[in-house]
Amino acid sequence: MTRQEVLDLYFMDARSKLIDLAAFFDRVERASGESDFRLAALEQALALLHSDQPQKAKAVLLSLSDPTTEPIAKAPGKGACGAWPGAQPAA
Amino acid sequence: MRYIEPHGHMVSRTTDDYEAMVTAGCAAVCEPAFWAGFDRSGVEGFHDYFCQLTDYEPKRAARFGLPHFCWLCINPKESEDVALAEDVLGIIPKFLDRPNVLGIGEIGLNKNTRNEMQILERHVDLAATHGQLILVHTPHLEDKLKGTRLILDVLKADSRIDPGRVIIDHCEEHTIERVLDAGFWAGITLYPESKTTPARAVDMYELYGQSNIWLNSACDWGRSDPLSVPKTALEMRRRGHSAATIDRLIFQNPARFMGQNPRFQLREGA
Ligand SMILES: [Zn+2]
Repeated sequence: MTRQEVLDLYFMDARSKLIDLAAFFDRVERASGESDFRLAALEQALALLHSDQPQKAKAVLLSLSDPTTEPIAKAPGKGACGAWPGAQPAA
Repeated sequence: MRYIEPHGHMVSRTTDDYEAMVTAGCAAVCEPAFWAGFDRSGVEGFHDYFCQLTDYEPKRAARFGLPHFCWLCINPKESEDVALAEDVLGIIPKFLDRPNVLGIGEIGLNKNTRNEMQILERHVDLAATHGQLILVHTPHLEDKLKGTRLILDVLKADSRIDPGRVIIDHCEEHTIERVLDAGFWAGITLYPESKTTPARAVDMYELYGQSNIWLNSACDWGRSDPLSVPKTALEMRRRGHSAATIDRLIFQNPARFMGQNPRFQLREGA
């Protein structure tokens, strides 16, 4: 596909998702109380979109992933939350 | 249009879903054993589930002329209980002769624990011992990268395992290359929020090779869409892919993988 064709097919969808994301950050800011590592993880991943490197989707997924390699001793539960707690930057 | 749903948890779906799938061109549905959304209290629950997958569900599908196949295992979410998992592993062999069983699946990891790894290895051994195809579930979200690496290590460590007879499912942009590069088949799951959208699935198909990939909906009791494979075919049409290319991805590829088991037979003319 040409860039024009990609824009014709996907621009409105991307625009809508971008505004949703902006509204989400506004909503978080307006809310009271503490946030947690998930917000920091999302902000870090967002910065990757400014890169001029290809494969941004892959980079975002990697940044939200547990990078460790050893199996853990016991399951903390069954679910996953979408970000890795260990990724939070030192305060 | 014709397609195969290679990963659908039909026990969780309504009869209306069967009708909609067949209307959309579904030529076969394949159902891996999975977590019911709650932990079963014992091996008897799995016995009943395997009876449902090998007896009742194929009859329900047959009312719409739809061939139904299945895969058997204890899923990784319940594999943390090693004693229960060993009991379930003990009853699987007596179901392997049932005519709609394609192999062992969906095995894999959930939270990447030592117990899950132990039971994954036991399933791989079971599959190798009985010459079965393997369908692998990779973990969700932040656990997927690590889980995919660990699963590939386990599979590559067993010299009896032919990667061409194993599909690693729920691949995303950060895992699909390493799966394909290691010679395994890669599954892409179309699932709201936690997996991929049709547009991303087509991106991956275009980017990462087009031979050993299948698409599936993994429709189950969660928010999911049993028609997401044909909807992705529409996405491909919008991008200008030919009918032949679409047919290769959504029909011929899954038929080629599952056809490695001679039990995988479609209706004449499908
Ligand atoms: Zn599944």
